[in-house]
Amino acid sequence: MAVSRLTKYLRQDRMPHVWCPGCGNGVIMKAFVDAVDRESLDPDRIAVVSGIGCSSRVTGYLNFNTMHTLHGRAVAFATGVKLARPEFNVIVMGGDGDMMAIGGNHFIHACRRNMDITTIVFNNNIYGMTGGQYSPTTPTEKIASTSPYGNVENSFDIVKVAMAAGATYVARSTVIHYAQAVQFIRNGLKHKGMAVIEIMTNCHTYYGRYNSLSKPQDMLNYFKTNTIQLAKAKTMSPEEIGDKIVAGEFVNVDTETYIDRYEKMREKALAAEGGERE
Amino acid sequence: MREFVLLQGDEACALGAIKAGCRFFAGYPITPATEIAETMAKELPKVGGTFIQMEDEIASAAAIIGASLSGEKSMTATSGPGFSLMQEAIGYAAMTETPTVIVNVQRGGPSTGMPTKTAQGDVMQARWGTHGDHQIIAIYPSNVEEVYKYIVTAFNYAELYRTPVIFLMDEILGHMRESVYLPYESEMMVVPRTGETGLAEDDIFHPFEGDDQMMATPLVKMGKSRFHVSGLVHDESGFPVGTPSDVSRLLRRLDNKIRLHSDEIVIYDEFMTEDAEILVLAYGSVARSAMKAVKMAREDKINVGLFKPVTIWPFPSTRLRQLLKKVSAVIVAEMNLGQILFEVSRLNKRGVKLEHLGKVDGELITPQEILDSISRVKSEIMDL
Ligand SMILES: Cc1ncc(C[n+]2csc(CCOP(=O)(O)OP(=O)(O)O)c2C)c(N)n1
Ligand code: SF4
Ligand SMILES: [Mg+2]
Repeated sequence: MAVSRLTKYLRQDRMPHVWCPGCGNGVIMKAFVDAVDRESLDPDRIAVVSGIGCSSRVTGYLNFNTMHTLHGRAVAFATGVKLARPEFNVIVMGGDGDMMAIGGNHFIHACRRNMDITTIVFNNNIYGMTGGQYSPTTPTEKIASTSPYGNVENSFDIVKVAMAAGATYVARSTVIHYAQAVQFIRNGLKHKGMAVIEIMTNCHTYYGRYNSLSKPQDMLNYFKTNTIQLAKAKTMSPEEIGDKIVAGEFVNVDTETYIDRYEKMREKALAAEGGERE
Repeated sequence: MREFVLLQGDEACALGAIKAGCRFFAGYPITPATEIAETMAKELPKVGGTFIQMEDEIASAAAIIGASLSGEKSMTATSGPGFSLMQEAIGYAAMTETPTVIVNVQRGGPSTGMPTKTAQGDVMQARWGTHGDHQIIAIYPSNVEEVYKYIVTAFNYAELYRTPVIFLMDEILGHMRESVYLPYESEMMVVPRTGETGLAEDDIFHPFEGDDQMMATPLVKMGKSRFHVSGLVHDESGFPVGTPSDVSRLLRRLDNKIRLHSDEIVIYDEFMTEDAEILVLAYGSVARSAMKAVKMAREDKINVGLFKPVTIWPFPSTRLRQLLKKVSAVIVAEMNLGQILFEVSRLNKRGVKLEHLGKVDGELITPQEILDSISRVKSEIMDL
């Protein structure tokens, strides 16, 4: 069974997990270890860093080197991890609030630097952990505990933010498109440079309940019927796409990473000094 | 050979840190600490280390903790506004017992205050700036030579006690250039970072386990250990727990590991205290003015001595209590409105006369000002 192939990547002594039954976070966690397994990565050379939120609790269950850090700051912690140990696969996981609100600045600057980090954003369009307040990705007019009459704010398109900020691998999928999600995470793990994989996931407990999709299957059905693949979306007008989810690989380019450049600069510094590398 | 070099305080801080084994620096420019970042940017690449200018101080503090947990000794440097932004991360380092060094070259505050002027307004923030109960170590040198020497101590304490260490300086100290003797190589004790230990394949390292509940186990490198760290209350395994006894055990151990070792941690200097009837207490750059003032007062035949805490936290209270038994008056000279005065008054059970010489105009307290204070106090105690 597929599960047994993957259970070794989980800290089974830490189960049961804290997530609500049917929460999409478990699907993303499984997609991640599936991707690690298919890429045959060495678990001792994987570091996963998360912030604070329901999704960020994932680090407690993953049997790698894991850091559960501060709300919004995971990307900044991970930058230190990657620069201290470039030989590690460094992965950041967290929520839409964690990454796009309080951590938005760190997110865009890691993209700009093309820091070699694989970032997986669990986008449930809500602050799950604190009980369903609107997040930067809550669509306008949707209900949350702090937008009881409908959200008046515009929302972020995470893919567009990542692209504009300079991420060199950008993809989006949903928890119902499991195989695609695994493929994108694999591509992100293989990618050298800043990879951003946004995965739409269900917080039926809050987002769903407030917006007439209160069962997990309601939300999964929503993802199923409202997702358009990128190739198809390219043939459609923005009006036709509307508020549908566009899944696919938006960017996949190979350019120098921060570390590549730093190492070149180091040679320069040593040459100027006429010194030897220690 | 002891090297004799001309160094600025900020430069000495950076070079001493590299000597102590610091190989990762993340920072954000701010007067009067910027020269530390600039020196690190220039020097770290040459010794195999990495410098990064982050997007803000929150990110800088996060990055140095990430780097330290991954196995590199790390540091950041800032001043008031940036130090305020770092507080949440400092608490995370305390909670996860991550060794790292945070330098605060103090300038006038609150808020943007006086960027290019000196102050000592953050000594209490260094102690209590982050939320929750925790201990902290804060070291405050008073000249450039001490900056070089004590930044190494700061790194050593960070490793030994597995804690963030705050290294306080002030604008005068950061920007002052002095000719200094660098210590002999043999005089420099550097506590190394423990490497990846001989773990078996499936061992999950318990990052906080120790045979002695008072001490911290050294931090091993990330790798086979596959450890988990969290800012949530956790047990020895590093994983979250929640029973009242677990919570209390962790918080008390974090407190004990520093508080019960304060006698080993504290550093202070004394000058002419044997027969002193008046004691001047000063730290940081003010201690230099105080030293001069004490010498001048001695020429006027006033029996005065200097007590200079180097570790501001833990505060050298044991020794100060002894001195408080012998002297008739204490003058606390500091560039704030009474932060260490408050600490001294807590210890002053006998009610020795306490005089505060606090200055907050951005200028250094001069030897003459301290001498005037000494003379005044002298005449007052004679009148008694
Ligand atoms: C500095 C700080 N501010 C606020 C919080 C409270 N808080 C915890 S999780 C969270 C939001 C979580 O939302 P998201 O990142 O989308 O994760 P989710 O729970 O939805 O997976 C907030 C506001 C905090 N822990 N720290
Ligand atoms: S509150 Fe929402 S995001 Fe959090 S565990 Fe429950 S379903 Fe998942
Ligand atoms: Mg969320």
